[in-house]
Amino acid sequence: MGDLFSNLALGFSVAFSVENVFFAFVGCFVGTLVGVLPGVGPIATITMLLPVTFGLDPVGAIIMLAGIYYGAQYGGSTTAILVNIPGEVTAVVTTLDGHQMAKQGRAGVALGIAALGSFFAGCVATLVVAALGTPLTRVALLFGPAEYFSLMVAGLAFAVVLARGSVLKAIAMILAGVLLSTVGTDLETGEERMTFGWLPIADGLDFAVLAMGLFGFAEVLRNLEVTEHRDVVRAPIGRIYPTLADLRASIAPVLRGSVLGSALGILPGNGAVLGPFASYTVEKKLAKDPRRFGRGAIEGVAGPEAANNAGAQTSFIPLLTLGIPPNAVMALMVGAMTIHGIVPGPLVMTRNASLFWGLVASMWIGNLMLLVINLPLIGIWVRLVKVPYRLMYPAILVFSCIGLYSVNNQPSDVLLAAGFALAGYLLLKLDFEIAPLLLGFVLGRLMEENLRRALAIARGDPAVFVQRPVSAVLLAVAALVLVVAVLPAMRRRRDEVFAG
Amino acid sequence: MKTIRSLALLALAAASLAAGGARAAYPDRPITMIVPFAAGGPTDVVARIVGEHMSRTLGQQIVVENVAGAGGTTGITRASQAAPDGYTIMMGHMGTHGAAPAVYANLKYDPTKDFAPIGLAAGTPIVIVARKDFPAKDLKEFMAYVKANSTKLNEAHAGVGSVSFTTCTLLNDLLGAKPQRVVYRGTGPALNDLVGGQVDYMCDQIVNLVPQIEAGTIKAYAVALPERSPALPNVPTTKEGGLPEFQVSAWNAIFAPKGTKPDVVKRLNEALQKALADEGTRKRLLELGADLTNTAATTPEGLAKFVQQEVTRWRGVLTKAGVKAQEAK
Repeated sequence: MGDLFSNLALGFSVAFSVENVFFAFVGCFVGTLVGVLPGVGPIATITMLLPVTFGLDPVGAIIMLAGIYYGAQYGGSTTAILVNIPGEVTAVVTTLDGHQMAKQGRAGVALGIAALGSFFAGCVATLVVAALGTPLTRVALLFGPAEYFSLMVAGLAFAVVLARGSVLKAIAMILAGVLLSTVGTDLETGEERMTFGWLPIADGLDFAVLAMGLFGFAEVLRNLEVTEHRDVVRAPIGRIYPTLADLRASIAPVLRGSVLGSALGILPGNGAVLGPFASYTVEKKLAKDPRRFGRGAIEGVAGPEAANNAGAQTSFIPLLTLGIPPNAVMALMVGAMTIHGIVPGPLVMTRNASLFWGLVASMWIGNLMLLVINLPLIGIWVRLVKVPYRLMYPAILVFSCIGLYSVNNQPSDVLLAAGFALAGYLLLKLDFEIAPLLLGFVLGRLMEENLRRALAIARGDPAVFVQRPVSAVLLAVAALVLVVAVLPAMRRRRDEVFAG
Repeated sequence: MKTIRSLALLALAAASLAAGGARAAYPDRPITMIVPFAAGGPTDVVARIVGEHMSRTLGQQIVVENVAGAGGTTGITRASQAAPDGYTIMMGHMGTHGAAPAVYANLKYDPTKDFAPIGLAAGTPIVIVARKDFPAKDLKEFMAYVKANSTKLNEAHAGVGSVSFTTCTLLNDLLGAKPQRVVYRGTGPALNDLVGGQVDYMCDQIVNLVPQIEAGTIKAYAVALPERSPALPNVPTTKEGGLPEFQVSAWNAIFAPKGTKPDVVKRLNEALQKALADEGTRKRLLELGADLTNTAATTPEGLAKFVQQEVTRWRGVLTKAGVKAQEAK
């Protein structure tokens, strides 16, 4: 314990130098601004700004890039709430209730709770990283392909709970998402699947393309047809900051979200994406009146946002303690560190102690910065929603297209998103929800790959999934969640049938 | 000292410009270097380190553009179709300009014909690694164990056509081993499972492995180079270990599209040579474990010959291993 404090003291002494605080500020600020542009996620931002950091000293550079990461993550939630476009996978859940709150004139409250919840979760996660980083890594290493497969199955079970309406439709959307995730080159054989020989999708569909098309563009299309009730614009702004009652309603969800997010973020197989979904599921199940969810429940923003931010931070654990990046953003951070002459690995903690602890401390500072930057900005963001549609929608479309192009520098991505926009519009009209589809898409690929890997290692014996204890427990959780989710729906269905 | 050197460089650059005569001086605007892999990977890092020094020599920024996909062939296809004016160049790679013709039947370019080679930048040697409790203490024991138990073993790789796949195909072929090949999306997750003991062995580029090897989370058996790598001085070479046929380096080389004028090629090669001769740049590359021993291929002619050899070599290895070139249609 004494070690922890002396290490943190070292960290803060590094991170609190004037220039490093400045870098943290610049990173968070730029990250927030860029994150708010729909489609420009942390990956694009960090790639663009990587050359800028060449001249800086390594610690400052990494602190700035980490700041961009948190900032962009946070900025992604801002667009999710304001215009229903999730900037990142993890912000998908925030659209569900966050955007509903915005429509009810409570955008400021949603943004405020997101900021406060994120800050709190960030503090918790920083402590988790500092105190438990190394021991937790060992736990994470217990996760092999079989465990990941079962974790993804559990994740898909959560997705059923996300649904506002029909369970059947939700399951259909999840399966559609899984199906879309199989488009592209088969990893094992190198054979192309469902690409119709079209080169741009040979590597599969991109999440940003799918999310932007199905969510963002489709939302624009839908809003265009209802010119009379411009709900977002008409609704009074209302309170900008959350009330005491809002805060009280959010405390427990934020706590639970922080724990869930921190725990899932540690898993190197990109477990962080599950955090917000798991948190939402838990909140919906615990709520006295689950029907409020999807209709602007503040718990549905507070919990997932906390989980999102906690996961963003604990996902540094595999990178810092193992040197193995758990996702694309972290892979980029490895590149950045390598260019600065620091090769992340198990020894970074002892060899580059000042970098390691400086980064840990800067996480906390970065969270504080985000709060400082974002609380005053809420007023501006909220007013942004009042911008007339004829100005706002073209702007959203243009920025989204720029963002989409910047992901892979592929013009075809923009075209694909346009196609998905039409599909998304149709789905909206038919009352299908998009969020489960996106989760199915993200988890589908991981699920398939880990399934095949686990079976390959077990030489084709499916019993491996129940023989390995962690995997068996996860599958049991998935079954439980499904039963809990589906049963009431079936009962309701019967009631409806009998009532009708 | 530094200023004197850069002044001297400037003077040199000016002189070479003057020698160019009345023609519009190349380059008069930034040059795009297409890197066919994601930012942060070994090829990207080499491109950025070398590109930074070349920018100084050329007096124009070399902007790295990452166009990843299909084992790097997406980016190279695009780069090969760019105008051959010297303003779009690319960082080709053992995969894109060596193994690709044997892996992708519908490859839209021919590595030996559709490019103007500039020069080899740096390679990253391959290291044979295994989980830390693998029952073999040196390469000889490793070879014996793999030969005896190969069907029970799991070898991890990063997908058909990737460096870890092609190089381990060669290794398995040399050992006559038929392990279960477990595929991962990238070497990061594969390495993760190797550290966690879920798989038995893999072949990967040294850059990714040094920290793990030093920390003892995985075992290294040999570096596939003629001489020991300064980044891993305690790890023997395959020659010392008794497998001299296994010599592989995942090389990275700069190419321009076919039809690029010889004087532009010359100018770019000069800038590359200068970067590779620079103390600081060398040091940064060597620290990463990069292999700068193949100096013969740092000239355009040398690279052309080298590419020819590599294409033939990998076609042989992969065809023998039963990797069919994939038809996308």
